[in-house]
Amino acid sequence: MAVSGTDRMVVVPKENYRMQRVRNKTSDLLYSIFRYALVIGISFIILYPLFLKISVAFKDKQDIYNPTIYMIPQHFTLDNIKLAAQVMDYLPLLANTLLFVTITTLLTAISCALAGYGFARFSFPGSNMLFVLVILTILVPTSTLMVPMYLHFRNFDILGMVHLFTGREGINLLNTYWPSMITAATAGGLKAGLFIYIFRQFFKGMPKEIEEAALIDGAGGFRTFARIMLPNAISPLITVILFSFVWQYNDTFYSSLFMSESPLISLKVASLPAQANQLIPQLMGFGSNSGMKADPNYVAMIVDTGILLAIAPLIILYLFVQRYFVESIERSGVVG
Amino acid sequence: MRALRLSLKSRRALLGLAFISPWLIGFIFLFATPLLQSIRFSLSNLSVAPGGYVLDFVGLKNFKDAILVDATFNRILVDSVGAMLLNVPMILFFSLFTATLLNQKFKGRTMARAIFFLPVILASSAVAAAESAGLINLMGDSSAVESSTEGGASFNVISIVRMLNDVGLPMAYVDYIVEAIMRIYDIVSSSGVQILIFLAALQSVPGSMYEVAKIEGATAYESFWKITFPMVSPLILTNVIYTIIDSFAGSPVTEAIYQTAFKTQNFGLSSAMSWLYTLVIGLVLVVVGWVLSRRVHYN
Repeated sequence: MAVSGTDRMVVVPKENYRMQRVRNKTSDLLYSIFRYALVIGISFIILYPLFLKISVAFKDKQDIYNPTIYMIPQHFTLDNIKLAAQVMDYLPLLANTLLFVTITTLLTAISCALAGYGFARFSFPGSNMLFVLVILTILVPTSTLMVPMYLHFRNFDILGMVHLFTGREGINLLNTYWPSMITAATAGGLKAGLFIYIFRQFFKGMPKEIEEAALIDGAGGFRTFARIMLPNAISPLITVILFSFVWQYNDTFYSSLFMSESPLISLKVASLPAQANQLIPQLMGFGSNSGMKADPNYVAMIVDTGILLAIAPLIILYLFVQRYFVESIERSGVVG
Repeated sequence: MRALRLSLKSRRALLGLAFISPWLIGFIFLFATPLLQSIRFSLSNLSVAPGGYVLDFVGLKNFKDAILVDATFNRILVDSVGAMLLNVPMILFFSLFTATLLNQKFKGRTMARAIFFLPVILASSAVAAAESAGLINLMGDSSAVESSTEGGASFNVISIVRMLNDVGLPMAYVDYIVEAIMRIYDIVSSSGVQILIFLAALQSVPGSMYEVAKIEGATAYESFWKITFPMVSPLILTNVIYTIIDSFAGSPVTEAIYQTAFKTQNFGLSSAMSWLYTLVIGLVLVVVGWVLSRRVHYN
């Protein structure tokens, strides 16, 4: 669309040339105004809810009912943030979530990189068939596997080994972090099929000669992978790590299925409205009188502030890595 | 070492198997086994017993129950498939359009890209759930204040409908467009990944093609339809499939399946529902894939 420009090569008589130039100039200008209007408009749609939350987070209670206030509060206060952090038990919650998400992300990245490399560079009996199965794992809805997975982790036992050694009917892994760790380490976690696909496409595009040189120099298969292929795969790694981190951080499906009682941000946010309703009268010093109800609008303010606190780490992370994020996905071979 | 003296080919094969072994183990124990089990569950009555569960084979009763007996399931299923069929073209159109826009050179492009991909980061069902709860509260009282102070300042849909109708568009299209405008935030926020995929595709189109077209005197409109569109068309299929899969992650059907399993403890019925859902989605994917792949241009 941008190609309609002044530099188009059209042979025109001299006197028309100036006219043509002016016309091209104006159409370019109009188009660029149109483009800016669109870009700014869509950006506004995306950012508006975020701005609204930031504004609410710093608003004082008395500003709720003041209809003359738009966005910028009259009475700045940090009380909302303090109260929301108290309701959510924020800092321990955040530390716990970040630790959990980081570990699962690393496990996912490692296992998916290994699998992607294996599918890209080696041919073994049934390798194509197995890759079709990877695609199948992307396509089958997770809700189909929900009940068997749940029961599986309730009585976790591989090939009857636990039963053999301890005589018990498997171990109950529910409400521990093991189910997510195990699925992440075996490249079966959240959207892992997609990550394997991304890695495979990338490794397929790498020149074979690098590996052959390493092989001749005496490096084994795993050493070649760790020393030569992986350091070159920075861009798909960043893509996968980012996506995996973000999706794991936001995930409610697996976490509510396997660890419904664990302190994770995604679970806490979902139950935030109920919790705020219950806790705010107490925290504001009305005691535990059950008849006491907080102002619903104030509760809504605290909930919005809590949501902002929950997504704040992601936004901060994104501010730092968005450049890599956008660039890496462009080159990571999603296209194939 | 003698036993390990294999030919290079079989050694490579073993090495490859070693690389994929974490995935393979996970696939066998945590995907294939549960998948087969879920078929078995859907055909039986499952009751949880201490230290395990008991299965009673009941044939297709669970499937019959899901379709004929359960009060809401078939309605939710039809609704969410309908919503998906409406959403997919909108998301696709929007993301291709946006990707073309973001691929052009203009000042502030980096910032625009950063903002446009923000929804990928923020898309969270938990946040959405908490948000809707928070909003209902907030709307309950302050909307009264708002409407008393600035009545009629809000966006007027009726006028758009009238205007489009006067232009002479058929009512069905008008409905669709209005629907799209009303849900613009949903569409924008669920097309982040699709924009990324299209953008990557656009950047792999060689620039020399556009130069040739320019020299031949093609307009921007022509070069979009003759070059850009055919070159990104394989990714349209990818994006359609991704969008369809993405749309069932948080759909009401998934929620209904979850409720049936863990609130009413009817695991058999829940498995039957999820298989019906899988079959419907699979059918949609096959039909869409078949129709699109006949039209897609591969180079």
